[in-house]
Amino acid sequence: MKKSIFGIALIFVLAFMILAAFDMRPFGEPTVSEMDDYYIQNAQAETGANNVVTSIVFDYRGFDTLGEATVLFTAVLGITALFREVVR
Amino acid sequence: MKGEMSIIVKTITKLIYGFIMVYGFYVIVHGHLTPGGGFQGGAIVASAFALLVVTYGNQGVNNYLKKDVFSLVESTGLVLFIAFAFFGLGVTFFYNFLANSGGLFGNPAIIGVNPGDLNTGGTVPIMNIAVGLEVLAALTVIILTMSAASEITKEKEN
Amino acid sequence: MIDNFPYIAVAILMGLGFYTLIFKKNLIKIAIGITLIENGANLFLITLGYRKGSVAPIYTQAPEGANMVLPTPQALTLTSIVIGVATTALILSIAMIIYRKYGTINTDEVRRLKE
Repeated sequence: MKKSIFGIALIFVLAFMILAAFDMRPFGEPTVSEMDDYYIQNAQAETGANNVVTSIVFDYRGFDTLGEATVLFTAVLGITALFREVVR
Repeated sequence: MKGEMSIIVKTITKLIYGFIMVYGFYVIVHGHLTPGGGFQGGAIVASAFALLVVTYGNQGVNNYLKKDVFSLVESTGLVLFIAFAFFGLGVTFFYNFLANSGGLFGNPAIIGVNPGDLNTGGTVPIMNIAVGLEVLAALTVIILTMSAASEITKEKEN
Repeated sequence: MIDNFPYIAVAILMGLGFYTLIFKKNLIKIAIGITLIENGANLFLITLGYRKGSVAPIYTQAPEGANMVLPTPQALTLTSIVIGVATTALILSIAMIIYRKYGTINTDEVRRLKE
C-alpha cells in the first residue's frame, strides 16, 4: 500500500520532469550571459590566467572554494573520527 | 602477504604509478593554462596511491604511506590556501595581489589566444598547488582509513 | 525536441535516483541513488551553460575567433563534484560502521535489531 503510493508519486514527479524538459528553452542558447561574457573578456587582463574556469574558481569566487575545501576537510575529520580505533 | 594481488598486477603497478603521479602534478601545476587544476590533479595523484593500496594490500603499504604524514600535508594545503587569501587583505580577502606585478607568477598574460606562459596568473597557480596538496592528501587518507577499517571488519567476521 | 535531449537525460537520471532511494533497502544502493541524483544536478548545471558551437573557456591554443561557453556553471559544478565525493565517502563509512555493528546493511533488518 505504502509502496504503491510512493510509486504513483514517483511517476508524477518523473512525468513532470520530462514535461518540463520538453518545455525548457532550447539547448545551447543561454539567455542571460552578461556576467559570463565579462569573465571571458576580462579574466586574462585581471588575473593573468589563460584558463577562465580556474580564474573563477580561485579568484572571482574564492569563497566558494574556501567553503568546499572546508567541507572536504570536515569529511576527512568525520571519517577518521568514525574509524578512530583504526587510526589510534 | 595477505591482500596482495598477482605478480602481473604488481609489475605493471611498479611500472606505471610514477607516471600517474607525474601526470597528476603536471595537471596541478599547469592548472591556469590547460584544462584541469588543483582538484583534478589531486584526484589523479590520489588514484596512484589507491592503485598502490589495491595492489599491495593495506599491510604492504603500511610502512610507506603513513596517515599522519598525509594529515600533515592536508592541513598544510588548507593553511597555505587561507594564508594566501589573507595576504591579499590589503585590498580584499582573496585579492590577487601577485597578478601583473612582474614578480613570481607575475607576467601579464597575452590577451587573446596564446600558447601560454607558466609564469602568469598571480595567486591562481599557488592556490592550485595548495588545493591540489589538500585534495590528494584528503582522498589518500580516506582510502587508507577505509581499507584498514575493512580489514579489521573482515578479521572480526572470521 | 531532439535539442532538449540533455534535459530528458537529467530527468531520467534523477528519476532513477529517486526510484533507488524509495524502493531499495540496501545502504550501498541508497548511496548509489544519491550519487545518481547528484550527477543529474551536475549535468543540468553544465547543460544550462552550453552555447551552441562554442569551445571550452580556455585561451591556451584555442581556435581563433570561436565563441566560448559560460564558465561560471562549470566552476560551480567543479565545486559540487568535490563536495559530492566528500559526502559519498562519509555515507559509505557510515554504512561500514552500521555493517560492523549490526552485521547487515539492509535498512529493515537494522531497524528490527534495534528494538
